[in-house]
Amino acid sequence: MAKKFDLNDDSVVVIIGSGAGGGTLGNELAQKGVNVVCLEAGKKLSLDDIENDWGAMFGKLSWVDKRQGTGDLLAGLPLWVCKTVGGTTVHWAGASLRFKDHEFRARSQYGEIEGANLLDWPIDPNEMERFYSMAEDKMGTTGTHGIPRLPGNNNYQVMEYGAKALGYTDVHTGNMSINSQPRDGRPGCHQIGFCMAGCAIGAKWSTLYTEIPKAEATGRFELRSESMVLKINHNKEGKATGVVYVDADGNTHEQKARVVAIAGNSVETPRILLNSASNMFSDGMANSSGQVGKNFMRHMTGTVYGTMPGAVHFDRGTQMAGIVMDESGHDDSRGFAGGYYMQTLPGFGLGAIAGNIGNMSVDSPGKWGRNYTREVVENYKNMAGMWLVGEDMPQEKNGITLHSSEKDQYGLPIPVVHFEDHPNDVVMRNHAFKAGSSVYQAGGSKKQYQLPPFPSTHNLGTCRMSENARDGVCSSTGATHDISNLFISDGSSFTTGAAANPTLTIVALAIRQAENMSKLLSQNSI
Amino acid sequence: MSNNVSRRTFIQGSATAGVVVSGAGAILANTEEAWALSTEVLSGDTALSILIMARTLYPHDFLGDQYYAEVVANLDEQAKTDSSLVEKLDNGVEELSKVIESDRTYNVPFKDQSSGLQLQNLKRIDGSDFFETVRGATLNGLYGNPRVAALFGWEGSSVEHGGYINRGFNDIGWLPKS
Repeated sequence: MAKKFDLNDDSVVVIIGSGAGGGTLGNELAQKGVNVVCLEAGKKLSLDDIENDWGAMFGKLSWVDKRQGTGDLLAGLPLWVCKTVGGTTVHWAGASLRFKDHEFRARSQYGEIEGANLLDWPIDPNEMERFYSMAEDKMGTTGTHGIPRLPGNNNYQVMEYGAKALGYTDVHTGNMSINSQPRDGRPGCHQIGFCMAGCAIGAKWSTLYTEIPKAEATGRFELRSESMVLKINHNKEGKATGVVYVDADGNTHEQKARVVAIAGNSVETPRILLNSASNMFSDGMANSSGQVGKNFMRHMTGTVYGTMPGAVHFDRGTQMAGIVMDESGHDDSRGFAGGYYMQTLPGFGLGAIAGNIGNMSVDSPGKWGRNYTREVVENYKNMAGMWLVGEDMPQEKNGITLHSSEKDQYGLPIPVVHFEDHPNDVVMRNHAFKAGSSVYQAGGSKKQYQLPPFPSTHNLGTCRMSENARDGVCSSTGATHDISNLFISDGSSFTTGAAANPTLTIVALAIRQAENMSKLLSQNSI
Repeated sequence: MSNNVSRRTFIQGSATAGVVVSGAGAILANTEEAWALSTEVLSGDTALSILIMARTLYPHDFLGDQYYAEVVANLDEQAKTDSSLVEKLDNGVEELSKVIESDRTYNVPFKDQSSGLQLQNLKRIDGSDFFETVRGATLNGLYGNPRVAALFGWEGSSVEHGGYINRGFNDIGWLPKS
């Protein structure tokens, strides 16, 4: 029986969000004896709700509250994240890569780059080793802790063949938080495909069916789903005292809190702080630096599809089935700072491929007509596909602000999300496009399509960690510089984005934060 | 609107064969391929024109007209609750029925134009709101149709078959051994 806490119980830690950051922090705290209330805006699905149907799952998982995208972002759906218990861990592909040492020291390694708001992380990379290891063990990451890697599907074999023919050597089926054999009460992967529509058998790690039920079993954790947070309240000393939210029936409540931790992804996390502006904090909570909502990063991304000389059936099996890591280092001679990975990724169905290549790729023979159907659509089964993901530069002008007049269904100003590529991002993407196309050419492909970023990328950095309070929003533990009992617990806290998919680092930082927070609680420091 | 819903037009033949219209509203019936489509809102002329347009945008020799007719059926369904869509489609077909030559413009119903002229007219309106509406509906209605997608190698839901772990996830045969 899951615990119920009283709204006036001001001894609890209130966590906003139940994904990689919030779900992990909640379970770690509950395991250490801390009482937690977790407020999640989305509904709770079960494995039975997960279908192999992209359209249906988009409807069940997506955060579709109105947002305005500006700059390079698509206006309608500037970014694709989830509103569901488990957050984006229901949707993620499972790639679990550690950040590299140079990525924790981006400013000192890359030097001054015009237009980039670079900083070194306030964390020693060596200290992260222990937390990465704990995160990998928790998530069952393949290629760590003696867990075998997954077998490679057809799409992987095409990439591996071409990559090795080009001389790349660091090529394998990745470090994936998808069980390659039964572990932790969950089955091994059945090579179903549709990983990013949600794993219907629970082989992929998601807080929905790991951290959250484990936390509930302690009797110290209450999940309140369909609870949309409006603002955080504070007292006259400037300490957070409670969280105001609307429940599924439209009723507004305040849950009192000893500590508040925000893990709402990189749009909602700063938006809550900005919406919590008061007489004392006129620019929003924890915003004395003016950096709340700034430095939004979404990774350098791109996609390459290659028409191969034979059938690939790239929808079969793990979507992110393998990786080329050779370009992930920092090497000035390539003409850009930071590195990138090539990771297999199919195309989300025939309809998506038939629309996206024509609409997005300059290599396409138009958008429609006889040449288009013959060269693109009728080659569907012969296509291989990969996603390119690399470090992008933090820029102060990229970020989240509140719309001046338009309100959402809760009466809150809608978020305006602005993003423009930095020149470094563009040079890196062009390098990666060329490398990706070369991989497929080496495997016999005569035609490749290069596609610019999709709405679904990684969202990072809008409440970043910094050594000095003037440069960012929170310290290395996620505690905000301004308010000692208010924490940032998701990818918003990233100082820089690194090249790797961020979930492993979010989980590792949440474990680290829980250790620190429980110590502070027992010392009565917060 | 109620007037539109109640009327029925009957069309016999295929997109390429003759058209018979009787009454108001529409049934597209192809006796050779043994399929029929009835519309409640769209007129026979608009329905048949959209069918031809869908096929010209995304032609596949191995697909019969019935799959393109389903695109029209989807639009008819949408149009039941969106009268502006009916107007948009009717106006779009009217625009496609214009033949613009250097010295004159005249009308030939789109469905009666040669395939070369149809293509030329579609290129002329490429990017218009009407064009993108029908193109989007064709992408969704044609390639989103599981019976169509299967013909292109899209295999659909796999969880109920135990995934691909024993069904060819790594069965690639043509790659040279590295």
